[in-house]
Amino acid sequence: MTKDSSLQVPEEMRSQVAISNFRDLVTGALDGTYNWGRKNSIWPLMFGLACCGIEMICTAAGRFDMARFGMEIMRPSPRQADLMIVSGTVTKKMLPQIVRLYNQMPEPKYVMAMGACASGGGPFKEGYNVVAGIDKFLPVDVYVPGCPPTPQALLHGLMKMQEKIESQKLSEVRWYDDKDPVKAVPVPVLGPDLMDPRDFRKIKQGAKA
Amino acid sequence: MTEETMIASPSVLETRFPDAVKRDERAGYEGFIVEAKKLIEVATALRDEMGYDFLSSVTGVDYIEEDKMEVVYHFYRSTGGRSLVLAVQVPRKKAVVPSLVAVFPGADFQEREAWDLLGIKFEGHPDLRRILMWEGFAGFPLRKDWKEPFYVEDQKPFGNRWPGGEVHRIEDLNQYGKNVVYPKGFDNPQNWKYEEEDILYENLQKLANEGKGEFATDQVVVNLGPQHPSTHGVFRMAVVLDGETIAALKPVMGYLHRNHEKIGERNTYLHNMPFTDRLDYLSSMSNNWGYALAVEKLLGPKGTVTERAEYLRVIMAELTRISNHLWAVGFLLNDLGAFFTPSLYAIQERELILDIFEATAGARMMCNYFRFGGVSRDLPPGVLEKIKGLVNDRLPRKVDELDRYLTENEIVRSRTEGVGVLTPEDAIAYSAVGPVLRASGVPYDIRRADPYGIYDRFDFDVAVRYHGDVYDRYIIRIDEIRQSLRILQQAVKSIPEGSVLDKNPYNVRVPAGESYGRVEGPKGELGYYLVSDGKTNPYRYHVRAPSFINLTALEKMCVGQKVADVVVILGSIDIVLGEVDR
Repeated sequence: MTKDSSLQVPEEMRSQVAISNFRDLVTGALDGTYNWGRKNSIWPLMFGLACCGIEMICTAAGRFDMARFGMEIMRPSPRQADLMIVSGTVTKKMLPQIVRLYNQMPEPKYVMAMGACASGGGPFKEGYNVVAGIDKFLPVDVYVPGCPPTPQALLHGLMKMQEKIESQKLSEVRWYDDKDPVKAVPVPVLGPDLMDPRDFRKIKQGAKA
Repeated sequence: MTEETMIASPSVLETRFPDAVKRDERAGYEGFIVEAKKLIEVATALRDEMGYDFLSSVTGVDYIEEDKMEVVYHFYRSTGGRSLVLAVQVPRKKAVVPSLVAVFPGADFQEREAWDLLGIKFEGHPDLRRILMWEGFAGFPLRKDWKEPFYVEDQKPFGNRWPGGEVHRIEDLNQYGKNVVYPKGFDNPQNWKYEEEDILYENLQKLANEGKGEFATDQVVVNLGPQHPSTHGVFRMAVVLDGETIAALKPVMGYLHRNHEKIGERNTYLHNMPFTDRLDYLSSMSNNWGYALAVEKLLGPKGTVTERAEYLRVIMAELTRISNHLWAVGFLLNDLGAFFTPSLYAIQERELILDIFEATAGARMMCNYFRFGGVSRDLPPGVLEKIKGLVNDRLPRKVDELDRYLTENEIVRSRTEGVGVLTPEDAIAYSAVGPVLRASGVPYDIRRADPYGIYDRFDFDVAVRYHGDVYDRYIIRIDEIRQSLRILQQAVKSIPEGSVLDKNPYNVRVPAGESYGRVEGPKGELGYYLVSDGKTNPYRYHVRAPSFINLTALEKMCVGQKVADVVVILGSIDIVLGEVDR
């Protein structure tokens, strides 16, 4: 449906009324084709962080075979990837590189937090070098629980990813929004501890105290 | 298992160095305490006169009560036998110990790690930088008085997770500043200068220009990793190239440093078992065994393992070795450029082994199967038959198949023969272990050299190859799979009935003392150094990771080779980053 308030149709009439907004009509027809193409050719970034990376490889291998869903082409370069599967513990030392990789991926891009560590720190949450979840820095689309998630769980996560892609609308996606262009995520700095540029003021106060 | 620390009469060391060496008198400790000033002299004598030529482990312990910092060295003979433990005690405030790198180059990374995490300075170390954390990080995390930003408590279970207690997220505690020590004059985080890279590149250039004098030519610095498809995870090699030839190489690690040791010192003893799974995540069963062994040594007669459990341990550890070596061989071919097809053959067989793990322990990779005094559960019905079918029929066939496809392959041979050679002398000096050591012609396998479990009952050979190149490191893995199958065939035939665990595995009371449990994991000697003070959690928990220490020799293997071969050489060491960085 549309966001335009002048076009509001009562609930019971919806099935009877054709939308006459031309823009919606065109993009609505395009959405299906556009999303069908995108969801069946997701190219994940070849990017294994830890244990979950091994299960990711197993998912790509013969027995579970990710290729059935059109995502067997793992790209080592972020410039060619659509999906970043954060497969493993995110450490403070690695985080600047992960954020940089994310920034280098072209839109549309998606992030999947695979496993307990990437979702929320997992068993290593209390560690001094561990970031408790990649979602503190990157927008995550799908979380896959498990330590590590079985290949079946990862496949389920990937199917959820496809569902999400299918539900997106050309007219609403952030990468075609001229008024509010997508900004790069600020790259954290390794100081006495990990320093998030967005929290610099807080850190400054803390350092003084 | 009896703890007998020296085969040679123990008094030899004391009589040789009467004023520098004395016996460790603390209850539960069996080594010698050495004066810091005489350490190099003692270590040289150990190597040259007494045959202790293999420095297995170097680590530190922070005895905060006694205001002492202790460095613990574990020496072995490369011909086999039990350990010799040396300890050097220095005051905490001025923790300076002479570096052993000149005598045992294998101490290099381990000393850097002790500096990084415990703040023990090694005088005379050629490149004493932080290794796991980054340069500029505040404090030494394994010191007992160091607290992380989200510090909760010293011991588990944490109060904030206790039912009825106040529940809050640890991220909200102590945010920014309370526990982090900022340097003097630090006011604007935006002006922070990140020095690590500069020091690294400076050291590299120094190495690359060594002995060149005025004829130094232009060189290129290339970084392989940490996000690189060939580095087997988040590992980085900073390389100086002279044309296509490697002039100098420094591994950079710590991108997966998950603070095993700090977390392990807060966990209870049993808590640590699932964490060991995540060290070398391709071979969790072997990791379990090393840790169980270390704790059982401390437990003494209370830690006796039941008969059936001993067999199950051997079966699981050997299956792990096979699955790990299959993976290693498959991905070595990946590194050679045979992208993914050989790996698919290997993964296919590995999946069958994972099925057995899943049926027995409940998880494919993180098995958490071993307990102190046994294993967590018996084999479910039908699984033993599955294992028999695998080890007697399918796996031998499939190994032969891999062998047939790869071993005589023209491209494999021309890419790997004579590449990345490590001589036996160097292998021992650099503390290389496992297939890397044995491919260099040193027949050292802990299952034979210092048997644990029931390995002395099985008939098998220690696989050895003599060229020390990548090809031998590949083929030794095929040999080892065959030997593992031999052990398995004997084990499944003679496994007795009975219970797998007699005692309650929870709430173990571990007596005070130190212990070092080591097993021959798929990647080599995996050791756990434990110090217990009689409480519910270990006072010190250190992992001697084979992948980590094998990397010490990487530079030696790579210098003078072509850049394309570096990837292959790294693949032939078979590292797993979970274990390298811990």
